Amino acid sequence: MTKSIKTVGVCGAAGTMGAGIALVAARAGFRTISYDMKSDALERATKQSAAFLDKSVERGKLKATKRDVIVGAMSHTTDIAELGGCDLVIEAVFEDLATKRDLLKRLDEVCAEDTIFASNTSTLSITEIAAGSKLPARVVGMHFCLPAQLMKLIEMSPGILTSEETFNTAWEWTKACGQIPVKTQDKPGFILNALLVPFNNDAIRVVEAGVASAADVDKAIKTGLGYKMGPLELIDLIGLDTQVRLCEAFYPITLDPRAATPPLLKRMVAAGLLGRKSGRGFFDYEGNAMLGA
Amino acid sequence: MTYTIIQNGPSRSFPEGDGFLSGASKDKGTDVLVLCKAPFAADPSKTAILVELGNESLAQHIGNDSAHSNVVGFARYRNGDDAPSKLVELVRPLSASDAAVAAATELFTKAGLEVVVSADQIGRIVNRLVIPKYNAALRFLDERLATQADMDLTCKLGLGYPDGPLERIFRGGMARHYDVTHALFETYGTPAYAPPRRAIVAKNRDGGGVGK
Repeated sequence: MTKSIKTVGVCGAAGTMGAGIALVAARAGFRTISYDMKSDALERATKQSAAFLDKSVERGKLKATKRDVIVGAMSHTTDIAELGGCDLVIEAVFEDLATKRDLLKRLDEVCAEDTIFASNTSTLSITEIAAGSKLPARVVGMHFCLPAQLMKLIEMSPGILTSEETFNTAWEWTKACGQIPVKTQDKPGFILNALLVPFNNDAIRVVEAGVASAADVDKAIKTGLGYKMGPLELIDLIGLDTQVRLCEAFYPITLDPRAATPPLLKRMVAAGLLGRKSGRGFFDYEGNAMLGA
Repeated sequence: MTYTIIQNGPSRSFPEGDGFLSGASKDKGTDVLVLCKAPFAADPSKTAILVELGNESLAQHIGNDSAHSNVVGFARYRNGDDAPSKLVELVRPLSASDAAVAAATELFTKAGLEVVVSADQIGRIVNRLVIPKYNAALRFLDERLATQADMDLTCKLGLGYPDGPLERIFRGGMARHYDVTHALFETYGTPAYAPPRRAIVAKNRDGGGVGK
C-alpha cells in the first residue's frame, strides 16, 4: 500500500449499504467511523450491525472476542468534522450527483489533503463526482455489492483525474479487507449494472409482449442458464420502484433503448406493485402465485 | 404416454445417445409424434405433433395462420455447442389446444426435463433475453471496459452466475452466436441483436468455429 490506511470513514452509514461497508472495514481491523446526518437511523443501523455480528458468533463464523474487537473499532457520528482524521472516506449516500459532489466539497474542508475519497456509486460517473472535490486526483470508484458485509466483489474505477497512487492504495485496501476487487473503466453502470439493468428490463418487455409468463421467464433463465434467481424475482426483491430509478439514472447517460423504463414497469409502480416490500410485484408473495402482468 | 420420433438429421435437442431417443416407440400408433429435422405433415389422429426448432419460427413449418390444433414447437436450450440443458422451450402457436400443450409438457417432464411455454417468436425466451447481454459483454470487451476475466468474475461473484457471459460465448462457439444473433436481428432489427464484431470476424475467417 502506498499510503497507510488506519482510519476509515463511511458516509451514508445509516443505509443498508453504508452500514455493510462499515462492517467490512471494522472486521478487517480498521478504526471505522460511521457518519450520517440522520441520528435515529444511524442508531438503528448500529444496532443492526451489532445484531449481525452477534448472529455471526452464534453461527460459529466469528469468535466472541473478535466481535468485541470489531465493535470496539466502530463509532458513529452525525458531525462530519469527526471524519477529519480519516485516511479513507467511503461515501454511500443517495445516488444523486449533486448530493455526492456536495459531500465531497464538505469533506475537502475537514479532511487532510492526502485522504482518499471513494464513491460507492453504481451508476454515476466517478469523474463527474470527483469534480465536487478540489482535489479530484484523490477520488476513486469503489462499488460494493449488496449486502456489502457478505459479498466479496468490489468494482474499482479510476476517474479521468484519479491518481495512480489513489487507485493503487484503494485497491490494496479492498484486498486487505478480504474483498475481491475488479478494475473497470469509469463508464455508466461499470460492469454489473451495465449488464444487469437492461437485461432486467428486457425480461419485463418479454412479459409485456406476451412472449411468456413471468413464472416461465424466470424458470427458463434459471434452468437454461443456471442463474440462482430469475430476473423478475430479482426485480421484485430490489423493488420495482428501485428499478425505475435505475432506469432513470441510466437511460439519460447511455441513451440505450434497453435501459429506458419499460411501460409495464411504470404501470405496475403506479399501481403500487413494488415487489416483495409491497407484497406483490411480478409475483404475489401472499400465495406466491404469478400476477397477470 | 407413447411417442414416435421421425428424425432426418442430427437433433440439437437430443444428440446421439440421449435417453429421450431410446425411449421412443417404433410403433406408428403412438399418442405423440416428434419431428426432428423431418418435414411436417398434418395428422389429426395424434394428441400432439412436436416440431423441433432451431432459430426459426414454428410458422415456417406450419404456416402463419395454421389451424392445426395439435402442433407445438419445441427446442431444448443449448449454449452454442455446449451439451443441451434441461430446459425445453415449448412454442405454442395461437392454434394449439391446451391438450396438445399438456401432452407435450407431460412427455418432456417425464423425460426429466423442465418445460416453459413461449409464444412463437424468434429467440423464444432465453435467446431473446440473453443475446443482448452477451452482445453487450462482447462490445465492452472491445471497448476495454474491463478484461474478460474481470467481467466474468464480476458476474459470478456479483450476480451468482455459474459462469461468466464471455466464457459462455467463447465456449459455445462464435458460429452459433453469429447464427442466433443474425436470426434475431433479421426479425427485430434492433441494434442489441446485431451480430457483434467478433462473431462476424469469426464467421468470415473460418466459418466461425469454437474460439474467440
